[in-house]
Amino acid sequence: MTQTETTPAAERGAAVIDVQNLHKYFGDNEVLKGIDFHIARGEVVCVIGPSGSGKSTLLRCVNLLEEPTSGTILVDGEEITDPDADVDGLRARIGMVFQQFNLFPHMTALRNLTVAQEKVLKRGKAESLEIARTNLEKVGLSDKADAYPAHLSGGQQQRVAIARALSMSPDMMLFDEPTSALDPELVGDVLAVMKDLAAEGMTMMVVTHEMSFAREVADKVVFMDGGVIVEEGLPADVLGDPQHERTKEFLARVL
Amino acid sequence: MTDAAVVPKKRMSPRKRAALVRYIQYAILVLLVVVLALIADWGEIRRAFLDIDIASQLFPDVILIALKNTIVYTACGFVFGLALGLVLALMRLSSVGPYRWISTGIIELFRGLPALVVFLVLGLGLPIAFGVNLGNIPTVTLALGLVGGAYMAETIRAGIQAVPKGQYEAARTLGMTHTRAMVTIVIPQAFRIILPPLTNELILLTKDSSLIYVIGLSLDEYELTAFGRENMNAFANLTPMVTIALCYLLITVPLSIVVRRMEAKSGKAR
Ligand SMILES: Nc1ncnc2c1ncn2[C@@H]1O[C@H](COP(=O)(O)OP(=O)(O)OP(=O)(O)O)[C@@H](O)[C@H]1O
Ligand SMILES: [Mg+2]
Repeated sequence: MTQTETTPAAERGAAVIDVQNLHKYFGDNEVLKGIDFHIARGEVVCVIGPSGSGKSTLLRCVNLLEEPTSGTILVDGEEITDPDADVDGLRARIGMVFQQFNLFPHMTALRNLTVAQEKVLKRGKAESLEIARTNLEKVGLSDKADAYPAHLSGGQQQRVAIARALSMSPDMMLFDEPTSALDPELVGDVLAVMKDLAAEGMTMMVVTHEMSFAREVADKVVFMDGGVIVEEGLPADVLGDPQHERTKEFLARVL
Repeated sequence: MTDAAVVPKKRMSPRKRAALVRYIQYAILVLLVVVLALIADWGEIRRAFLDIDIASQLFPDVILIALKNTIVYTACGFVFGLALGLVLALMRLSSVGPYRWISTGIIELFRGLPALVVFLVLGLGLPIAFGVNLGNIPTVTLALGLVGGAYMAETIRAGIQAVPKGQYEAARTLGMTHTRAMVTIVIPQAFRIILPPLTNELILLTKDSSLIYVIGLSLDEYELTAFGRENMNAFANLTPMVTIALCYLLITVPLSIVVRRMEAKSGKAR
């Protein structure tokens, strides 16, 4: 397994996400079989791998949407797998973007961005609104502030979802196949927003099938198969010169 | 058989056949109405059901007392039932076993009992057993609320479960607590889904509110049915019943129209 010391971004800071010997069972089905993995501040890590390899489960363990069966996860040095950890406070600091957008359909785009700021962060109305408008502008959708999700295209919904996560001023962002549910011509807009985010130094963990995005933007690529990390390293290495047979097979199929 | 061109002429197209069947149905209906109209004794009907003199004597009490009380009783029962139904639904979905068992028990009990029995137990049983006399409004609120709440609990539970899981997850991901996510994100969406069946429940409760007669009412507590029955006996005439029937329709028909509108709208949105 390629060590992360080889990635230049590791020098940018200490690990903000540190996963140690993570196991996850669904019933008798062991989906994650001892994952060791970390992300440094400002790093963009792309997770790739075949369907059912446990990518989503790993991502969802990081903000405890799935409860790990065993192992330790540290976020900013804080052990979130500790039963006494402040899970809600942690989740507010980690943005998450889903494949299916999951915008709140009974609220306008703007309200989607302000509701958790007000209810969770206890920000005032004016402040929430200002932050929301800034983030809508950032994803290029200022003119859709008053639109309901049903009236937005998939690509627009996903950009609103990203803006919603950003409005919580998160330390890091998790993306679970953010472009997989989109029509091909809408993928570019969403990826462009994500690239901007990466350029600003956001710490990002991205499960994706967009190999060109991984090659261009990622500091590190992680290849998972069968619940283990088979190979990880610089995108040029993992994607361009894979060392493991399983990685080669997978890349041959998707590239 | 060999002459293909003849066959289509002999056969009726499916659309024509459907039209013919419909005309036959209309004809039977018209015939029925005509026969009934001929054999009915119209003078007698007008005298027994549609006596304008009697009807005019019912006003304004039928509106100011009876209709008003029906609406008040129903509203009290519905509001309490809705709150109870929501609590029972959340208990049924709880991960805490005893909550689920208790709410299942309450739901099964009150869905299984006729509303009349609930009224009798609350209105007559409680005073005998515990010496407490609740009074009319609390009794009708409790009785209609328990019966309606048991039904609405199942509707609300189904509505909550119909909200995609991703909605709850997205809310939790933004740092909302379980309660906050339910209150702000899941329950409002659930209620949109179940507005039509809830309105139907309101219509059912409107009719069930008449059962309050079993606990005995003073004149200014009469709701529509009690009022109608009282006046029917007083006048020895059915006109009061026709009058209150129209009053019930005055409540239920607009509600039905609202339900149908909502269903048409949500059908379009999908
Ligand atoms: N809630 C669950 N209950 C039971 N099994 C689950 C659950 N979620 C995931 N699994 C199983 O865990 C395994 C890994 O699933 P996961 O969603 O993490 O894979 P993935 O790598 O994200 O795949 P995909 O590319 O299709 O999204 C699969 O076999 C899946 O069936
Ligand atoms: Mg997945």
